[in-house]
Amino acid sequence: MIELWRIAPPRGRIVIALALAVLLALPLAADRYVISVLTLIFYFAYVGQAWNLMMGYAGQLSLGHALYVGVGGYVAALMWLKLGIGPWLGVFAAVAAAAAFGAAIGWLGFRFGIAGVYFALLTIAFAEFTRIGFDHLELTGGAAGLFLPFEEKRIGEWWNLRGGQLLFYYLGLALAAGAALLVALMARSRLGYQWRAVREDETAARALGIDAFAVKMAAVVISSGMTAVGGVFYAFYYNNLFPSQVFEISRSIELILAPIVGGLGTVFGPVIGAFVLTPLGEGLTAVTGRFGINAPGVKAVFYGVVLIVIISAMPSGVWPRLAALFGLKDHAR
Amino acid sequence: MTTLLAAANLSKRFAGLIAVNQVSFEVAAGEIFAVIGPNGAGKTTLFAMIAGALTPDEGTVTFAGARIDGLTSDAVCRRGIARTFQIVRPFPALSVEDNVMIGALLRRADMRSARAHARAILEMLDLADKRAATASSLTLPDRKRLEVARALATDPKLLLLDEVMAGLRPTETDRMVAILRKLNRDTGMTILLIEHVMRAVMALASRVLVLHHGAAIAHGAPKDVVRDPAVIASYLGAEAVG
Ligand SMILES: Nc1ncnc2c1ncn2[C@@H]1O[C@H](COP(=O)(O)OP(=O)(O)OP(=O)(O)O)[C@@H](O)[C@H]1O
Ligand SMILES: [Mg+2]
Repeated sequence: MIELWRIAPPRGRIVIALALAVLLALPLAADRYVISVLTLIFYFAYVGQAWNLMMGYAGQLSLGHALYVGVGGYVAALMWLKLGIGPWLGVFAAVAAAAAFGAAIGWLGFRFGIAGVYFALLTIAFAEFTRIGFDHLELTGGAAGLFLPFEEKRIGEWWNLRGGQLLFYYLGLALAAGAALLVALMARSRLGYQWRAVREDETAARALGIDAFAVKMAAVVISSGMTAVGGVFYAFYYNNLFPSQVFEISRSIELILAPIVGGLGTVFGPVIGAFVLTPLGEGLTAVTGRFGINAPGVKAVFYGVVLIVIISAMPSGVWPRLAALFGLKDHAR
Repeated sequence: MTTLLAAANLSKRFAGLIAVNQVSFEVAAGEIFAVIGPNGAGKTTLFAMIAGALTPDEGTVTFAGARIDGLTSDAVCRRGIARTFQIVRPFPALSVEDNVMIGALLRRADMRSARAHARAILEMLDLADKRAATASSLTLPDRKRLEVARALATDPKLLLLDEVMAGLRPTETDRMVAILRKLNRDTGMTILLIEHVMRAVMALASRVLVLHHGAAIAHGAPKDVVRDPAVIASYLGAEAVG
């Protein structure tokens, strides 16, 4: 960690320190709406980072990461509702459950040579099956959803994530920053280099003695476990879970956009991507609402057009371009 | 001399075509051994079976006293056999140094020593000044050198080189020959090379195996093999000897 700070270019250190200071102090000045948008940005930066680890570094395309968000959220919510076990403990069970799903998908795909788009299809299939399963699971309220009740006496129990907006703002910030740090450290580790080798050319990686199966399993297990923490955050922030919402394929797609737009396989890509896309989405919602345009899909079409423009202008992402422009090389790449 | 690698009756068929047919040979520890033969003779296929990239249909491969046929390519590498690819396969988006460092990480847990090892190897292969370049930006001769560097970084006991001189200019070939000879002399590393550049074969190899249509047609010291009528007829052509 100290090593990371030491190798960061001076200008980069200043930018990071300033950004953190501003984000830490912002709640003093900003209104509820800004806080809520930023919280959402942190959430997407966090889950985007988890997905980036698997796709950007290890080169394994998952289009079903909503599965891990959902499993993580449901497990922690259930433990809280049925057993009274708070999320700080529940998160461990959530991570374990999601990582088990990740391991099962990875094992199937990697053991039987299901690669590339076929692997992506496998991840979608798992997420869809799980959604259908949860639709019919009585324990979780089925399709009618699961609710975390509002309890007057629990207000302020931050240790049970029963707090207000600020609690989630700072928790989101910590998660996003922590995930970026974790990925930066892993990217510079032996495993990180082995991931990149497998991403670049699996045959050549194996010829250098890399156990590609083990390395890819590590990626999917870590990525799914990390994503589950995002799911716990989601569940306790929104206080409700519906299978049709959390496991939806569009949720999986939504969560991969920030790293793609920001820059795959870079530490700051998912962060920058979340800062670009989330306000954009929120802005579009506000604008279409303002003008009373509620034809279905208008927002999606606008969003799509903007995505196409950004991606065709900066095919390797916004972050590499920014970094080059301001001389902030991403050393952890 | 002890035998490091022994191939016995190796065969491989591809949909009716017999690419390698009952080939047997032994490589002694510390030796430089060459496999030559015309295009399509089965040289690369033979290598692939040794390296674990292909499973033999018949026959066995024994390395340092243990059977290795049927092992996966990563397991074979961990046993101490590193190979280059005839059609080079660098990690294109990574730097030259990172390419080599990934090889060095096989036997080094900490990044610092892996990087130091990679730098030493790049130095040896005259790639030091290109270490920050992206692998995809290299010229073909440099990519060939990178293949060798990356394989060497895994500290192999046996180095398999598949036509690493192809595409090099004569001075570059001589340089590569000098590097390999020095490596063999200084570290005792055993080298098994496939090569079309006869000048390199004659300079390096103590023994040569000649393949033709998948079968071994000659086997022996380089100076004897190039005079063998069957080898001249099938591969070298009459003028090549003179
Ligand atoms: N994967 C494969 N599937 C089908 N046929 C193959 C395959 N690999 C090689 N062959 C065939 O096997 C034969 C031997 O090929 P191989 O690549 O081993 O020859 P080589 O001696 O290395 O030739 P070159 O000097 O051109 O590199 C050729 O006829 C080739 O077309
Ligand atoms: Mg060949």
